[in-house]
Amino acid sequence: MHAPASLLPLVLETVQYGINGQALIHGIDLEFHPGPPTLVLGPNGAGKSLLLRLCHGLISPTAGRVIWHGLAAQNPEALRFGQAMVFQKPVLLRRSVLANMLFPLKLRGLNAGIRFARAMEALERVGLTALAQRPARVLSGGEQQRLALARAWALGPQILFLDEPAAALDPNATRQVESIITDIAASGTKIVMTTHDLGQARRLAGDVIFLHHGRITERTPAGDFFAGPRSAAAQAFLNGDLVW
Amino acid sequence: MNTITDAFHLALNLIWQFDAELMRIIGLSLRVSLSAVVIGSIIGLPLGAFLALARFPGRHACIVVLNASMGLPPVVVGLVVYLILSRSGPLGTFGWLFTAAGMVVAQVVLITPIVAALSRQVVADLWSEYEEQLRSLGLTRLGAIATLLWDGRFSLSTAVLAGFGRAIAEVGAIIIVGGNIAGVTRTMTTAISLETSRGDLALAMALGIVLLTIAITINAAATTLGNAARRAQGA
Amino acid sequence: MQRRHFLGLMAGIALTFSSSLALAQDKFIVVASTTSTEQSGLFGHILPLFTKKTGIAVRVVAQGTGQALKTGEKGDADVVFVHDPVAEQKFVEAGFGVDRKPVMYNDFVIVGPKSDPAKVMGSRNVLDSYKKIAAAKAPFASRGDSSGTHAAELRIWKESGIDVKTAGEGWYRETGSGMGPTLNTASAMNAYAFTDRGTWLSFKNRGDLVIAVEGDVKLFNQYGVMLVNPAKHAHVKVTEGKAFIDWLTSKEGQDAIAAYKIGGEQLFFPNYKPGQNS
Repeated sequence: MHAPASLLPLVLETVQYGINGQALIHGIDLEFHPGPPTLVLGPNGAGKSLLLRLCHGLISPTAGRVIWHGLAAQNPEALRFGQAMVFQKPVLLRRSVLANMLFPLKLRGLNAGIRFARAMEALERVGLTALAQRPARVLSGGEQQRLALARAWALGPQILFLDEPAAALDPNATRQVESIITDIAASGTKIVMTTHDLGQARRLAGDVIFLHHGRITERTPAGDFFAGPRSAAAQAFLNGDLVW
Repeated sequence: MNTITDAFHLALNLIWQFDAELMRIIGLSLRVSLSAVVIGSIIGLPLGAFLALARFPGRHACIVVLNASMGLPPVVVGLVVYLILSRSGPLGTFGWLFTAAGMVVAQVVLITPIVAALSRQVVADLWSEYEEQLRSLGLTRLGAIATLLWDGRFSLSTAVLAGFGRAIAEVGAIIIVGGNIAGVTRTMTTAISLETSRGDLALAMALGIVLLTIAITINAAATTLGNAARRAQGA
Repeated sequence: MQRRHFLGLMAGIALTFSSSLALAQDKFIVVASTTSTEQSGLFGHILPLFTKKTGIAVRVVAQGTGQALKTGEKGDADVVFVHDPVAEQKFVEAGFGVDRKPVMYNDFVIVGPKSDPAKVMGSRNVLDSYKKIAAAKAPFASRGDSSGTHAAELRIWKESGIDVKTAGEGWYRETGSGMGPTLNTASAMNAYAFTDRGTWLSFKNRGDLVIAVEGDVKLFNQYGVMLVNPAKHAHVKVTEGKAFIDWLTSKEGQDAIAAYKIGGEQLFFPNYKPGQNS
């Protein structure tokens, strides 16, 4: 099996987003290349979730452009199916765990045998094999988020957006989720993730984007960022002074 | 003599004796109303979902008309269906007037808007919960219709039950279209209407009690099953 | 339950019901008739005899005479069996019906409360009684639904010289409904009412009402039967419809009509004379 053509790099050109004339994201320029996870940090209301949704195409910029420069991005279906997102609160269908896994694979036109094999493989990797026949909505919060991650992982996305995936979980479940994220990144998927948990960011980040009031104040390799961020806002944030 | 106590005794007697005529009437009522519910749901559920998800000019007007149609007067529907199914009407060649099939048609017209309007609301609520995830997985709005109908099945069962309630209880449409022919198109409600006009109020009331009992039993059974399934799904 | 199974189940239910609805299509005719014949129980008595003899089921749609004629006119019935000779004559002349035959008669009666505020109890003179009811402004419940019975009631008012349209003062009340509901109303407000004897005899919710006036020749009520004209509506079941008309006017049919009694009282009096066509 040869490596599929790439969607990346993903480029944002002076992207703005606003609601009712009030700008929430101001002229952002960004590029995402294959590589270790990029963590988007910033105080509440900085626009982290909006940024992920703009990248993923769930919302459209009011000005500027979101461009996929990779060769594969020429094909709209490859573009749509080559990326995935996991939300803070996992949205699971009112069906079994396995049916949740199979659903998006079917959308991609895979035949039943391949769907089943891929679904079971991903469930195995997140440790949910034993729960495959269980209704998804009766799972615990941590299991639900692992299922959401498995569902995204089974799609083999080139880039995966994670919006506060462990925000509502206890420490044990958080550890499991982080370990899955590390595995997904190791399998070659580009991770772009928001979090408000600095410890988690230290554990996962390859580089850090700091967002404040809808603007990027810096993008720095993780080691440098946590050693001493360049922007005043990020410094204040790390010191715990920046609440808003 | 007290009509209401008489009616209770009579109702118990009718049920107890498994009265053949009564059983035929009950059977026909259930067949007609359940057929209408199945057909009305096959049309109404996707229609409601479509109106919840599609974006097109005139959609708002469609929703207003649909919501208003929940209150269609059965006599008017009966009259219109009568004229359409009459031998002199556009669908006269089927010969459906004064038959059970004709009554099903009338009830489908009555309950499809109810099923559609209620399911539109259910699907719209579900869509607001699922939208980002489904779009992220690569689904379009209209592509989501089947998914949302299936995932909303527990709430949608209420819409279907509402349609059934309307169908089993209505008399205005089916008495016009069916003609209340003994043994052929006489249902619970048209029989009640007939016995009332014959002045046999106790028998009419007894039939009413039987009808209510059936309606309550079916609703209770559906609700109990639905709740059990819902709990099992954690939904 | 998986979705595929669920959909299969729904389809199965739909098929079962629709096929069961399509059954029972043996030989049958549709007869548009009046509430008085249906509600008096006459059909329940005579139709099984006919069906047993011929194998033809009779589906009776009971309506007011006006509506029954309309049903025939639109071709939604094979046979019309009503009681308004004037309207029947027009129906045949307009080409909607053929083979019209007189079958039987019953009579109308005026019922009223035992207290008898208009003092008409026991009278055999219907015109005189109407005048007394109007003079006493005693409550009178009329069907007001353009049925054969309503038409007969209005004819007698007209003959008695009283204009109920301008009667006013609330004693003359139109219920706009069938005979049974009108009797229910009369029973509830102790009003006089004009009814056919058959409906009255089988009516159960009488309250204080009793027969006040009967026996006047003007209260004679003739029933006629006719086939819907197959030249207008090709689907009319001519053979079966004619068989029904012939049976009604045969000795067997006429005897069956005469044999129907409620509480020992005969309701309908067969009066077809062989060879008689109107």
